[in-house]
Amino acid sequence: MWRVGKVTALHDETATARTITLEVPYWPGHVGGQHVDVRLTAANGYSAVRSYSIASAPNLEGRLEITVERLATGEVSPYLTQELSIGDRLELRGPIGGWFVWRPHQSEPIQLIAGGSGIVPLMAMIRSRVSSGSTTPFRLLYSVREPAAVFYRDELQALSDHDSVVSVTYAYTRDAPKDWPRPPGRIDAALIANTTWQSNLGSTCYVCGPTSFVESVTGLLVAGGHSPNNIRTERFGPTGDRR
Amino acid sequence: MSSNGDDYLDGNAVAGEMTEIFVMDVTAAEGQCAHCATIKHFAEAHVYVKCPGVVARCAVCGEILLRLAYVHQQVFIDVRGLTYLSLDRSLLQEYGR
Repeated sequence: MWRVGKVTALHDETATARTITLEVPYWPGHVGGQHVDVRLTAANGYSAVRSYSIASAPNLEGRLEITVERLATGEVSPYLTQELSIGDRLELRGPIGGWFVWRPHQSEPIQLIAGGSGIVPLMAMIRSRVSSGSTTPFRLLYSVREPAAVFYRDELQALSDHDSVVSVTYAYTRDAPKDWPRPPGRIDAALIANTTWQSNLGSTCYVCGPTSFVESVTGLLVAGGHSPNNIRTERFGPTGDRR
Repeated sequence: MSSNGDDYLDGNAVAGEMTEIFVMDVTAAEGQCAHCATIKHFAEAHVYVKCPGVVARCAVCGEILLRLAYVHQQVFIDVRGLTYLSLDRSLLQEYGR
C-alpha cells in the first residue's frame, strides 16, 4: 500500500547527505529501526523504488524523517538530496520490518554498531530510547570515513554529554582529527573488546552498514563471545530496479 | 554452495516488496531451511537482487530458500527451499494493518 507524504523540512547532515522530513496522513506509526520504500515516478511512467531507514523517533503526529546519502551513480538519491523541495510529495510504503527494531520495553544493554550511513536506523533507536524515557544503557560504535562525514554530530554529542549511559565511540577509517588516540582504520578486535559491552552481559547488538562491514563486524562479535542469536543485522547496498 | 563475495543484501532489503504478497511482516518470520534444517529469521537470509527477481539463500548453508520471479503481471513464488515459514500474528496489530 502506497501512501503520499509531503516534504515539510530539508536539512543537510553532511556535504552529501540530507534529512527529509515528511508528513504522512494516516501514518500508522513506526518503531526505531524500521524503513520505508520510496517510489519516484517519471512523467513517462518509469518508476524507481528505493529503501531508506527512518531516522526519527516514533511519534503520533504522522511525521517521519529519512536521511539520504547521495550516491554518485545513483538514480534516486541525487534527486532526493539535490532537487526535492519543501511542499513536494513522495510516494511511500511502510513502515517496513519487525526484526531489526528496538522496542522500548527491551531492558538489556544495547550495542549499536554503524558503518557510514548505517547510523540512520540506529539513530532512530537512540531517539526512541530518549522519547520513551527508557533508561536502558546504550553504546554506539560509529565507523565513519572522516569527521566531516558524521551524521547527527551535535545531537550525539549532546546526548552523550547529558546522559552517561549513552556512550559514543567514533572509529574513523580514513582521516581522524588531530591527536585522535587511534590511527584511522577499520573496526578491529581490539576496538570491539575495548569499547563494546562484554559478551557476558546479555546485550543485544544491532549492526547496520554495507554488506562487507556487517560481515566483518559480526565475525568480530562472535569471535569475542557474543551469541549470534543476540546480533541483529541490516545490510544495505546498491540494489537497482528489477521491474 | 555458499555465497561468493559481498554481492548480496539480506531479508530486510526486500521486506517492502514482500508486503505485496504477505500481509504480515516477513523479516521477523522464522523459517527452516529445507537443506540444512537451520531455523533463522527471514531478515537473516542472504538476498540477491541483481537478477530479474529475488533469490533468498540460507545464511548458513547457502542453499536457496525462496525465489520470486516477475513475468509481466504474474509473480511466481518458489518456496520449496523452506520447510516452513512461521509468522507472528501479533505483529498485525502492532503495525496497524
